[in-house]
Amino acid sequence: MNFTAVWAIYYSEMVRFFRTIAQSFISPVISTSLYFVVFGAAIGSRIDQVEGVSYGAFIVPGLIMLSVMTQALSNASFGIYFPKFIGTIYELLSAPVSFFEIVLGFVGAAATKALFIGVVILATASMFVDVPVTHPWAMILFLVLTCVSFSLFGFIIGVWAGNFEQLQLIPLLVVTPLVFLGGSFYSISMLPPIWQKITLFNPVVYLISGFRWSFFGTADVPVGLSLLAIFGFTALCMGIIWWIFKTGWRIRA
Amino acid sequence: MIVDIKDLRKTYKGGFEALKGVSLGIKEGEILALLGPNGAGKTTLISTICGITNPSAGSVSVGGHDVVKDYRAARSMIGLVPQEINLEPFNKVIDVVTYSRGLFGKKANPAKIEEILKQLSLWDKKDARIMMLSGGMKRRVLIAKALSHEPRVLFLDEPTAGVDVELRKDMWEVVAKLKEQGVTIILTTHYIEEAEAIADRVGVINGGELLLVEEKAALMQRLGQKTLQVDLQAPVESVPESLSAYNLEIAEGGNALRYHYDTSGESTGITRLLGEISAAGLQLKDIQTEQSSLEDIFVGLVKEGAA
Repeated sequence: MNFTAVWAIYYSEMVRFFRTIAQSFISPVISTSLYFVVFGAAIGSRIDQVEGVSYGAFIVPGLIMLSVMTQALSNASFGIYFPKFIGTIYELLSAPVSFFEIVLGFVGAAATKALFIGVVILATASMFVDVPVTHPWAMILFLVLTCVSFSLFGFIIGVWAGNFEQLQLIPLLVVTPLVFLGGSFYSISMLPPIWQKITLFNPVVYLISGFRWSFFGTADVPVGLSLLAIFGFTALCMGIIWWIFKTGWRIRA
Repeated sequence: MIVDIKDLRKTYKGGFEALKGVSLGIKEGEILALLGPNGAGKTTLISTICGITNPSAGSVSVGGHDVVKDYRAARSMIGLVPQEINLEPFNKVIDVVTYSRGLFGKKANPAKIEEILKQLSLWDKKDARIMMLSGGMKRRVLIAKALSHEPRVLFLDEPTAGVDVELRKDMWEVVAKLKEQGVTIILTTHYIEEAEAIADRVGVINGGELLLVEEKAALMQRLGQKTLQVDLQAPVESVPESLSAYNLEIAEGGNALRYHYDTSGESTGITRLLGEISAAGLQLKDIQTEQSSLEDIFVGLVKEGAA
């Protein structure tokens, strides 16, 4: 293992993050506050409780997941796409590093950034509402795995993308709708029966449900299924990345 | 041989054969210039050695390490300066150079980085962002990155393309200094003067084939060859018996005789030849001489390759 190289990649990715630390910090704080104003105050005042939890608190796990998933995705996809775009990828390819080390550096950095933002949102939300964390270890596990798996997914998108439009395509057209429709702001039990069935095809449902369970102890789907889903998704992304690097797809001619 | 290339072939997905079986041994400590027109396969050759593209067939070893099977050991020894200026515009000079050292697995060494930046006259620009630098400065940064991990073999892909005369001279000086330090240098260029100025050996590549690799001195020897052409008043059918010692060629349908000689030799034999031509009863109309330049040799080879 070339740990020095992993650190070099990780560090240089984090430097970019810290260069814009104010934005990185302020934007999730502001957007979380806005969600609370809109969902918590305006809508939440009409919804008393969801499954025994005040609506303001209920949306916190969904809010965190929404940001963590989109941030992990955009950071990781940009992280590997940018060197491809400006040509500095030549150095990664000619360096004595394995693809595993490259992934570790880029995905590690993207996951760290997403994790940071998740924590900032949780802290901001705690200032508005009381957020109990019933299963803290499970909460951390779900949060970290989501950061990692979506960073892996983002890495795949970054390798695949041939231009900036494609880079935005999947996050915008696939992930954001799935996250919004995945129960970020509502419980599945609030849906009409037919939609309760259809929504189970949305993988994000399992992630949000499991994460919410770690806060309130209630879930839309069994927590075991949620764990299976997150591990399955992580494994799938790892498999695809392994294949990408084995074949050099879109990276090495 | 620090770099040993054996029957290296590269066929791209579209079917384009960029390298058609190149074999080449590069000696430790030498400067080898690879000359060739655009699209000759120079960059593909370098990219394949450095790991940017996968070879289709054949093998390359660097310092005895196969570049595919034992890529870590092989690549650790290699520094690459690409043709395009590929740099992150928002980063500081010192950061991108330090990053390269880390990426190659070398322990941080600020003193070494300082030394490299000073050698390339970049030290006072160390905190400047890349986008603020001129084109020539950016190229130096690329060299600094390649040197940051103290490679034993340095590849320079068209290091002076689009660079002004002054910077080109500077670059040559840097290359000379690196050679003193024992670094093996392979550079591609399409400037013949560049190969002439700094290389120990010159390889000519075209159409994916290595047409020739020769000591520069031997090439210069060819460069010293001159040809004397004697135009005659009346055509001859054959070279007169008395002139057989001169290895003359009949040219222009018998209207001219051509004589090859070496200007570096003690005597060229021209005076005697001209005397003997008139003694043989031939009337001179005109005489002209021409010198074969490296350019001629090069163009000749490239044409041969294309034919």
